[in-house]
Amino acid sequence: MSAILSVRDLRKEFVTARPLFGTPTVVRAVDGVSLEVAQGETFAIVGESGCGKSTLARLLLRLIEPTEGEVWYHGEDLAHLPPERMRALRRDLQFIFQDPFSSLNPRMTVGALIEEPMRAHGIGTASDRRARVADLLTRVGLTPAHADRYPHEFSGGQRQRIGIARALASGPTVLIGDEPVSALDVSIQAQVVNLLEDLKDEFGLTLIVIAHDLAVIRHMADRVAVMYLGEIVETAPADALFEAPKHPYSETLLAAIPVADFGARRARPLVEGDPPNPIDPPPGCRFHPRCPYAQDRCRAERPALSPAGEGRAVACHRAAELDLTGLGDPTPKRSADAERRFDLYARALAGAVPTNNDS
Amino acid sequence: MLAFIGRRLLIAIPTIILISIFVFTLQKLLPGDPILVMAGEERDPEVIAFLREKYRLNDPVIVQYFAWIGAALQGDLGISLRTNQPVLELIAEKLPVTIQLATMALVIAMVIGIPAGVLSAYKKGTWIDWVANVVALSGLSVPNFWLGIMMILLVSVQLGWLPASGYQPFSDDPLQSIKTMLMPAFVLGTAIAATLMRHTRSAMLSVLKSDYIRTARAKGLSERIVLVKHALRNALVPIVTVTTLLFGELLAGAVLTEQIFTIPGFGKLVVDAVFNRDYAVVQGIVLCTGVAFIFMNLLADVAYRVLNPRMRDQ
Repeated sequence: MSAILSVRDLRKEFVTARPLFGTPTVVRAVDGVSLEVAQGETFAIVGESGCGKSTLARLLLRLIEPTEGEVWYHGEDLAHLPPERMRALRRDLQFIFQDPFSSLNPRMTVGALIEEPMRAHGIGTASDRRARVADLLTRVGLTPAHADRYPHEFSGGQRQRIGIARALASGPTVLIGDEPVSALDVSIQAQVVNLLEDLKDEFGLTLIVIAHDLAVIRHMADRVAVMYLGEIVETAPADALFEAPKHPYSETLLAAIPVADFGARRARPLVEGDPPNPIDPPPGCRFHPRCPYAQDRCRAERPALSPAGEGRAVACHRAAELDLTGLGDPTPKRSADAERRFDLYARALAGAVPTNNDS
Repeated sequence: MLAFIGRRLLIAIPTIILISIFVFTLQKLLPGDPILVMAGEERDPEVIAFLREKYRLNDPVIVQYFAWIGAALQGDLGISLRTNQPVLELIAEKLPVTIQLATMALVIAMVIGIPAGVLSAYKKGTWIDWVANVVALSGLSVPNFWLGIMMILLVSVQLGWLPASGYQPFSDDPLQSIKTMLMPAFVLGTAIAATLMRHTRSAMLSVLKSDYIRTARAKGLSERIVLVKHALRNALVPIVTVTTLLFGELLAGAVLTEQIFTIPGFGKLVVDAVFNRDYAVVQGIVLCTGVAFIFMNLLADVAYRVLNPRMRDQ
């Protein structure tokens, strides 16, 4: 696999309060993240709210300036490029925003919004661009006639399609979606997810998806990175992660997926409580206050993200010794009693039931 | 759009009627009697009685109102009690002067205020922002009359660049006309430029925070396009509102500015009319100003719809 994006030790600090005297309060939203995204894959970054995944996504495309670190794309460090060069590279690197309502300029027609990236990067003549706008609108499931309308005339799902068409307009190679479907109705989410997958294959894109919804991730992703308090705690191929997580936090996340089965229960109780304050993260492993497997070492020593075989990496001192639960078989075991009743029912349906009245 | 303008014009009718009643009533409540002024030193009772009859001041107030408004609808705003000129003629003579002054002041205010506001929002927290705010605050705090006198002293008396006072009709010599009006327009425009700058700044600050500005940057647009095409266009609605409201301040300011620079405009007409208890002129002027205000608001409403597509379907 060849990496299209390589991130090295990326950091972003936000100053939340700057008192007149004394040191300012700093939040480390992204704290030393390193990762590689392979050409053509769908890479997912998951984690609960506030873990820094959106900040990481914005840092990758330098929508905000990193405090430290490097982001390599085709031999250029995006984090340190001069603004003009970065602007030119945005042709290749596009972003789909979370909120389809606020991320489209209300004063511009849909056609103008989609055309603008092409015009900014000097792609095609005016008539070429108009034709491409019509083509893109058709591909995302809208019609060319929609180009003359304004964003407020569309529903949330349609607007997100417009956002996707806009992102595709300049012909990018990498597309980052920051929670691209979380603002949409559940019924619309599936449509947009499928659309993204189709377009990815069609245009040969590399897709990076930020999400907190693991069902979406399981459906889309080839590889997954799990984030907790500004750090990556585990990266793994999606199937392997869902089947057998290696970090206790990943296990917790998987356990939080609701089970669609009557009376079904998870064997292990969920980890409770909120994540610690990122202004003052706990010493040692950042997950230790909520981790059911924490030991003294976890409280003192911060684990590094280290390889764990099969293309996986984990940041846990006890990764090798723990046997964590994945999603496994989704149907729970029935009791013996229930099993007998189901059996009777099945045979009754087949019309071969020996009743007690028989003699 | 035409239907919308038509509807707005219909709504304007009751407003104008209300203004006319208000103007007329206020005028009647004012102390002082113009007839006594006109009758001169002797105050001959016969002359006074004759004048009262002539100007229908003996009729009931209601009758006086309807006589006035009826004539006004036919373009007759009465005759000045002082100069015996028709009021409409007086207004038609002075109005273009003030319109030129106000327009030039507004242009100067917008040319200074809007770019300064955009820049200071974009460079928020830097020395540029700081300087712009200090200059704006000074513009607001310095009184018109003081600035006017100081400018006359500096620009006209010391440097001799521009004439200190007077008026040249635009139709006679446009260049000279603009030169004469430049200093008064600047003096009148500064306070408005400052207000406009402050409002532009706050409107831009809130727009610059919005998601679609981030989208615009993510597209790879240059900062200039992000700022002008995406941010400023969205910030214009509150700016238009403020500009409309400032129009009133402009007319009020014109009264003073015209006095300082001895410009024979609307403002001077108002002041003279009030001091001489020239009812007919004051009424005519206030009515005209009210109508002008309604017209400005209509323009603002049309501008909103041009600027904001979301308002078009309503």
